[in-house]
Formats: sequence, C-alpha cells, structure tokens
Amino acid sequence: MEAILVAFFIFVLSCFIGFEVISKIPPTLHTPLMSGSNAISGITIAGALLCAGPKDMNATAILGWAAIIFAMINVVGGYWVTDRMMRMFKKK
Amino acid sequence: MSLSGAGMTNIDMNLLVDFSYLISACLFIVGLKLQNRVRTARRGNFLSAFGMLLAIVVTLLLPEVVNYSVIFLMLAMGSAVGFLLAVNVRMTAMPQMVALLNGFGGLASALVSSSEFLRQGTAADTISLVTTMLGVFVGAITFTGSVLAYAKLEGWVEQQPVTFPLQQVLNLILALACLALGVILTGDRNAAWAFWMIAIISSVLGVLLVLPIGGADMPVVISLLNSYSGIAAAITGFVLMNKVLIVAGALVGASGIILCQIMCQAMNRSLVNVMFGGFGKVEGGTASKDGEYTSVKSCTSDEAALVLDGAQNIIIVPGYGLAAGRAQHSIRELQKLLESKGAAVKYAIHPVAGRMPGHMNILLAEAEVPYEQLYEMNDINPEFEQADVALVVGANDVTNPVARTERGSPIYGMPILDVDKARSVIVIKRSLSPGFAGIKNPLFEKENTMMFFADAKAGIDSLAKELKNL
Repeated sequence: MEAILVAFFIFVLSCFIGFEVISKIPPTLHTPLMSGSNAISGITIAGALLCAGPKDMNATAILGWAAIIFAMINVVGGYWVTDRMMRMFKKK
Repeated sequence: MSLSGAGMTNIDMNLLVDFSYLISACLFIVGLKLQNRVRTARRGNFLSAFGMLLAIVVTLLLPEVVNYSVIFLMLAMGSAVGFLLAVNVRMTAMPQMVALLNGFGGLASALVSSSEFLRQGTAADTISLVTTMLGVFVGAITFTGSVLAYAKLEGWVEQQPVTFPLQQVLNLILALACLALGVILTGDRNAAWAFWMIAIISSVLGVLLVLPIGGADMPVVISLLNSYSGIAAAITGFVLMNKVLIVAGALVGASGIILCQIMCQAMNRSLVNVMFGGFGKVEGGTASKDGEYTSVKSCTSDEAALVLDGAQNIIIVPGYGLAAGRAQHSIRELQKLLESKGAAVKYAIHPVAGRMPGHMNILLAEAEVPYEQLYEMNDINPEFEQADVALVVGANDVTNPVARTERGSPIYGMPILDVDKARSVIVIKRSLSPGFAGIKNPLFEKENTMMFFADAKAGIDSLAKELKNL
C-alpha cells in the first residue's frame, strides 16, 4: 500500500511540473510539442521490454513483443518527426 | 553496496537502473523546458530522446530481461516503421500522424497491462488488478479513438459528426459495464474473462466517443487523445511500479490537457460541449436561415493586385483553406514579392487556424516563412487598425465580427482576429459558403471588403502574377 502512495505522490507532483513547464511553450511550437510528447509517452517501451524479457514463448511474452513494436514506432517516429519540424523554423 | 567478486549483484543492478530512470525523467523535463524557445527547441528534443535511449538501454541491462534476439528484432521493426512514418509524412498530414502515434502509445500501454495481468494470474493483489484493468481501459479507448480520429482526418470516414438517439446513455452504460466487470474480477480472481470483456468494451467506447465529433473539432480531440496516451503510460507505470513511466506519462497527460484547454478557449466552447455537442451537425441545419448575402463586392485578380500594390502594412490571415489547398508555398512567394515592393508583411495566426494546435505555424515554417513574422492573435489584433490591407486566405469563422457583437450567435464570445478593422480587406475564398459554425460572415459585406473568389493556391498565384506585371 505504501508503494502505491509513493507512486501517486510522484504522479501528482509530475503533473504539476508538466503544467508549469508546458504552459510556457509558445503556440508556434505546439505541433512539435504534441509529436514530441507522443514520443515521451512511448516510455511504455520500458514496460514492454520487461514483459518481453524472459525467454518464454507464452501469451505474456508475445503481448510484450507487440507492445515493443508499437511503443518503438511512437519513440522513433515521434522524436524524428519532431526534429524534422524543428529544423524548419528559420529566422529572417 | 557489495561489489562481490563476480561483479555487480542484482540489487546493485536494480539501483543503477532506478538511478538511470531518474536521470531519464530529468532529461524529459529539461527537454520540455528547452522547448519554450524556438532557438533551443531542437536541443530540448534531442535531450529528451537521449533520456529515452538511456531508459531503454538500462532496462535491457536488467537481469530479468534476457530474450535479446527477439527483443532486438521487435525494436528494429518498430524503429523502421516509426522512421518511415516520420520521414515521409506531409506537413499537412501532421494531425493524422499525431493521431496515429497517440493510438499506438495507447495500444502499447494496453498490451503491457494485459501482459502483466496474464503474468500475475490469480496471484494478483487488488491494487495491481485494479491498475491493470485501468491500464487496458484507458489504453484501449485511446487506441480505437485515435484510429477513428486518424480515419476521419485522412478522409476515409465521413468527417461530419455522427449522432444517434441515446448515444450518451449508451456510452454511460458501457462505462458502467466496465466498472461492474472490474468489481466481478476483484471479487473472483478466476474470472479472467471479465478482464478481456473490459478490453473489448473500452475499444468500442473509444470509437463511440470520437464518432460525434466533427472535423473542425479535431484539434481538441487530438489534444485530448494525446493526454490519454500519457495517462495510459502513467497507469502502466503504476502497474509495473516503474517511476519513469509515471513521471513521463504525467508530463504528457498534462501537456495534452493544456493544449486541449487552449483549443477550447480559442473556440469559446467547453470541453463537454465539444465532446458531446455534435456541434457542426446541429448548427449546420439552421445555416441558411439568415445566411443570405446582399451586398457582396467581388473583384478580379488585377483589382486585388492594385490594392495590394499601394499598401505599406499588410497582414495575411491564413485559414484552413490555405492548408487544404496546399497554398503555403504560394503565399510565401506572394509575401516576398510584396516585400520587394516595400511593404511590411505580417501573418496573423488564430489558434485554431489549422487542424491541430500550432499546425498553421508548421505549414508556414515549411514554406520558409520566418517565424518572427508569425503573430499570435492577441499580439496582432491591435495592429489591424494600422494595416492598409488584411489579406484573408481561406478563413471564415475566425474573422467573423458577430463574435464580438451578437449575443445570440453560436460563436458569440469566441476570440477572433479583428480583420474588419483594417483599412481594406481582401478575402480569397472559393465561395460564400459558411464556415464550420454554419453562419453568415458580415465581414464579406463590409464596404471595405473585396471578395476574390478563387481556390487558395490558384488565387494567390494569379495575384502574384498580376503584381509582377504592375
């Protein structure tokens, strides 16, 4: 029970940090912000790797394999397209 | 710390991994912080990506992660698909891309929760049971909702809101059914079927929640689904008691909510109204009632060019028509031409000008319009009074002055660009058809307004041609 409380603490405080940091991002960068935060939500990859970790061939592992693929699409696609957009911003 | 003969023990390894996760979480936060300026944004994104790489590498070092051959194959497949998507996507199609990535994030979280549910089996304690159910619930809704949003944006599915009687009642019943199934499973660990029923019902619910939302409300929905994908990741963090997932998921959840709020304010609508309103459909039905135009002045390209030729201060107002007509490069050429004739050109960007937050800025950046020339609504509005010409391209509702004056109007109170205050106004638009709100725009009838009826790209190109000949 205590572990879940600690986790909940972390969650709530991170939400506050998120609101603080992200509300300062200018509208010009909102599209890259969305694709970039998409990439961050690909952090599920860490969970997927744990699920797919053991050398098993059961449903648990196979769900993990699939999760790795989708999370990785998120990570690579998200960061790459964000960088592609950010490169386009030019000064006068 | 015991670094005993053979090297690090598993406990040391877990400590190292936890510590690395902390660094990853910090890199995500610092990375986002650097994105508050265009100048440092790229570095911020790079730091964030480095944090992700670190999290992946140290997870692979954990003693329970051993099935390397399969894992690397999956990593490679996902990376390849992600890379191809990112390199090939058109900037006009960014909303679809983000919708799809939201969906994949939700799906990955749902899969991890399901995997963890299977692994724990009947031995699961109540807390992990509840978190796995929540994980699959939010993840599945995010997935199917995003896929439908993708299909709507891509034009595979009708963009009009789809509504039917008792829709909200049905949604409520499905949500309550998930709750009931959750109670059943918590009471009886052998009722695994209840878990899979939750997965199925929430998938249906995701579709039903996005069905009633029309094309122009998509910015709100994508932002909301963005938030959901973060929340799904955070819940997965609770499932696995993994702190970096919780932090990163919370950041993304917060980001989506903020963008959602900004979009709602820009349309002067509540989130509830967007989610359950079926707005476009209802209002569309009454469109013709007072929508007759009586004194519209239309003009040809040479007349419009003459007006532009004499102007010193010009504000360009790009709307969705510009994006849809892929006219961003044409407008950039016209801008250069006007500047070579000595005019000062600024762009006025309404927050919902595109199909997602910041979309118009990206389209213009792609056409190499310097970002200093793009002005936010509140910064540019006081300048319209000094503008010689406001050139509106494919925008309608966001320039409609009734939003300021007519209490009964569906868009009353919506923040708009004060285009009507410019000395003269040129509107490039294909027809007088109403915008999303389905109402008449008195701007088109003002005596200082000239309507140039043309497709965005063709219209701008012909204007540029006339200007060159002057």
